[in-house]
Amino acid sequence: MIKVENLSKSFGKLDVLHDISAEIGKGDVIAIIGPSGSGKSTLLRCMNLLEVPTKGHVYVDGQDITSGKTDIMKIRQKIGMVFQHFHLFPHMTVLQNLMYAPMKVKNISKEQAEKKGRELLARVGLSDKADVYPSRLSGGQKQRVAIARSLAMEPEIMLFDEPTSALDPEMVKEVLEVMKGLAHTGITMAIVTHEMGFAREVADQIWFLDGGRLVEQASPQEFFKQPKSERARQFLEKVL
Amino acid sequence: MGLLNFGQIVPYIPFIIQGVKVTLLFTLLSTVFGFIWGSVLALIKISDIKPLKWLAVAYTSVFRGTPLILQLTFVYFATPQLFGYNISQIEAAVLTFTLNSGAYISETIRAGIMAVDKGQREAAMSLGVPYRRMMFDIILPQAFKNILPALVNESIALLKESALVSTIGVADIMQQANVVKGATFNYFAPYLVAGGLYYVMVMILTWVARMVEGRLRRSD
Repeated sequence: MIKVENLSKSFGKLDVLHDISAEIGKGDVIAIIGPSGSGKSTLLRCMNLLEVPTKGHVYVDGQDITSGKTDIMKIRQKIGMVFQHFHLFPHMTVLQNLMYAPMKVKNISKEQAEKKGRELLARVGLSDKADVYPSRLSGGQKQRVAIARSLAMEPEIMLFDEPTSALDPEMVKEVLEVMKGLAHTGITMAIVTHEMGFAREVADQIWFLDGGRLVEQASPQEFFKQPKSERARQFLEKVL
Repeated sequence: MGLLNFGQIVPYIPFIIQGVKVTLLFTLLSTVFGFIWGSVLALIKISDIKPLKWLAVAYTSVFRGTPLILQLTFVYFATPQLFGYNISQIEAAVLTFTLNSGAYISETIRAGIMAVDKGQREAAMSLGVPYRRMMFDIILPQAFKNILPALVNESIALLKESALVSTIGVADIMQQANVVKGATFNYFAPYLVAGGLYYVMVMILTWVARMVEGRLRRSD
């Protein structure tokens, strides 16, 4: 589904990612973990070209999105993204947030967009919030709306960039529940997270990044029981 | 006689009021055109088209760096010589004020656009929203909400500066007051009336601005 090949990224003199190669299969749920500043978010953002890699290639469904010839807008319609700070459109109601892209980007009729929007709101448990503005929502509610907004485009892949890091502790669970439900639908997911329990439970594979390198790729069972690298061992000792 | 002889100018009051219409029309036209022109300049300034960008920056610099009254005089008197087009007073006035306030407004709008959280842009991009749509549907509405008070201040400034157009003979409030002064040799009353009219108009505009802002803040 997504293939990353010899990917490097630097911001000016700062090297953030070094020569990363990995692949996400259809329906896979990948948890990307590692210490702060290890390049997790940058790697994720390279997958829909919010960051342009300095070197290397990213393939989505076999198409090289880094070649410059691909219509990235078309590709992005297939890839949903959920951000740490939600980024809901503040001047639109919750329902309008969900209807906007399907109507304006995919030219879906208003009726259909609304139907789909209400379905999704029901799915994330926020049917009663359809007509309020995002500023009236709690952090957890905002993030659930943000997930629903991405899903409204019916993406094949969902990217999550630390979706629970900006939330109060008691709101983390409601967002993780929605994500768990989503993982069971068979959609492809890549999740940058600090929620180790969640990663262990939901992910098919763990990518451990440190210092811009993909240090370890393993199943959650292996990774959390006996990580191969010393660096991962140290990391797990601190966070678990 | 005496300074406060308002009785003398009472017959001229309808004449001065005629100037209100001209001043209002002029301010409205300049605000609307200045806003459109300023938006265009702002979009150019944040674009990636280097030569256009450079031109827009130079343009702004020139119009902010020279006196408005000089620009007005220049447009009114130089246009006929340059283009052989006999520009009317009101045309010259609207054109100058549009060009001038466009320069100021473009900076306000540019700052407003830059102040919108860059996450908004990224969210729109990640949904596959094309640049133009993103600007018009997502970024600009938020930018305008933030800069609305500044835009209203700009139109209040325009309303007051519009008195300058009397120098090329546009029959605005100021010019009408000048005429009344000439007819009555009373310097005090006509300008006091004119000043009162300007003040009332500015107060109304300020009040309207507050109402509009209140409505826009609904989503906060």
